[in-house]
Amino acid sequence: MMHGLINRSLQCFLRDTYGAALWGDVVAAADLPVAEFEAMLTYEDALTFRVLDAAEARLAKSRATLLEDLGTYLVSHPHNEGLRRLLRFAGVGYEDFLHSLDELPDRTRLAVSDLDLPQMELRQLSGNRYRITCSAHPPGFAHVLVGILRAMADDYGALVMLDHAGHHQQEEVIEVTLVESAFAEGRAFDLGARAG
Amino acid sequence: MSLSRPDRDAALSPGLCQSAEGAAGAVRGRADAEAADLPRDAPSAGIADGTGPVLIGQAAHPLPPMPQGALDILAPMHLVLDATGHVSHAGPTMQKLRPDVPMAGQRFLELFELSRPRAVDSMAALLASAGIKLHLRLRDAPRTALKAVLAPLLPDEAGRAGAVVTFSFGISILDGIQTYTLHSGDFAPTDLTIEMLYLIEAKTLAMEASRTLNLRLQGAKIAAEEQAFTDTLTGLKNRRALDHVLARLIRTGQDFSLMHLDLDWFKQVNDGHGHAAGDYVLQHVARLMLDETRAGDTVARIGGDEFVLLFHNLTKRSRIEEIAARLLARLEQPVTFEGAVCRISCSMGTTLSSAYDAPRADQMLADADAALYASKHSGRGRHSFHVPPPG
Repeated sequence: MMHGLINRSLQCFLRDTYGAALWGDVVAAADLPVAEFEAMLTYEDALTFRVLDAAEARLAKSRATLLEDLGTYLVSHPHNEGLRRLLRFAGVGYEDFLHSLDELPDRTRLAVSDLDLPQMELRQLSGNRYRITCSAHPPGFAHVLVGILRAMADDYGALVMLDHAGHHQQEEVIEVTLVESAFAEGRAFDLGARAG
Repeated sequence: MSLSRPDRDAALSPGLCQSAEGAAGAVRGRADAEAADLPRDAPSAGIADGTGPVLIGQAAHPLPPMPQGALDILAPMHLVLDATGHVSHAGPTMQKLRPDVPMAGQRFLELFELSRPRAVDSMAALLASAGIKLHLRLRDAPRTALKAVLAPLLPDEAGRAGAVVTFSFGISILDGIQTYTLHSGDFAPTDLTIEMLYLIEAKTLAMEASRTLNLRLQGAKIAAEEQAFTDTLTGLKNRRALDHVLARLIRTGQDFSLMHLDLDWFKQVNDGHGHAAGDYVLQHVARLMLDETRAGDTVARIGGDEFVLLFHNLTKRSRIEEIAARLLARLEQPVTFEGAVCRISCSMGTTLSSAYDAPRADQMLADADAALYASKHSGRGRHSFHVPPPG
């Protein structure tokens, strides 16, 4: 079963980026039993992939591009300030953030106990090169992660090169080169901004 | 980040509290030399009276002296006090609480007001509270509440001991973070404060999502109730369902008859035996009406003791008279509810779809109602047909 949060994110991404009319088209083309996903319910996996198929056809985009855009949207769209903040709790710099990916599924479960994210593993190849391996369940997750990593680099003001290095059996591989960790100003992260 | 760098503490100073002003001499001297015989020489100021937790110096293997920067890393929210109760060093995060005035040099009890334990007005009393949770507040604004714990340092030759106090915001962490714009680097990496802030935000978001869902579900429930077709007391169709069925019968041009039935003496049951008895009678009547009608007919409760029956594909007067007579006979049989005998009857009025060129729901309901009142006026407990106007 797919967590409603994932489906809801996909829905909000399509609606906020391409408009309500496109989302309506997707609902019809994917033959969804509901007009909107609820974040706190779960759905058959097949529904998610029908939405992706329909959106790809409508937008003439590849699955990889669509998922990467979704990842970027999750971090950079003003509607998702809450999520961006949760990710920024990972650390002071982009490197800290990379190293926190290992514990991202656990952190996620602390917040939403039934939301299982694929396990991710970071390996430092050399001083500034990293390889992230993540499980291919759900398939395409690594493309979303590339979008998140790219947007978080902007957020931290880091300059990175990202490369989805393809599938390896049940795993997907992303290569990250951290060119400069303090390349630009980045966005502010005030610990107490949302508190209280 | 203002954590001390190792190069600032290149020479491992022997004492925790050694400061540039040289005040440390008053606090403690050669720790190594003293550590061994401390328990025997411990002053009576509560440091080693055996009631508190294990104190520094009492351990079998005393800690070697630490460089000053060590505590800045391990507990950035700490103060070191000298034997006179003055702050000799403030950890970097602690100092952020009063960025404009150095805490070092000020008297601890003039900086803070203790709410628990209360009667602490001297360094000796402070030392006596070693190891227990201290509740305190900064005396000047913002008067942030803090939790703290104090541990005495090794006493000097004169038996005078300073102390280390570590602080936390405790449950007022959200206020603290907002008041002092602290960052994750202001907390020790092992401190769970950041994780707690993360959890608070994450749970708040998740709670909002759940709340939104609950609100939507509640809306859906109300809408579903509004769209319901069943009368909850009797299980019969309700007024809305009747309107639907009636509209469909008329639309499809079927023949049918519409009987309006009103209970007689029902008010006396309610008034005399209570609403529970009234409800029981209504349920009994509902069962009885279902018994006396066919499966395809419609029986609806449209008001307190008012019912409408639709006989589908039936407009034969003699047949309807038979049904009405049977309904009346059974309805007039007394019903016993918790020892009380309830007697009711009913008045009925019926109109036939065949009496109209183009039947209309409101017209048919009004005509059946008029026939019902004709029954009432001619003595109750009977059935009448609507009489179409001549022509």
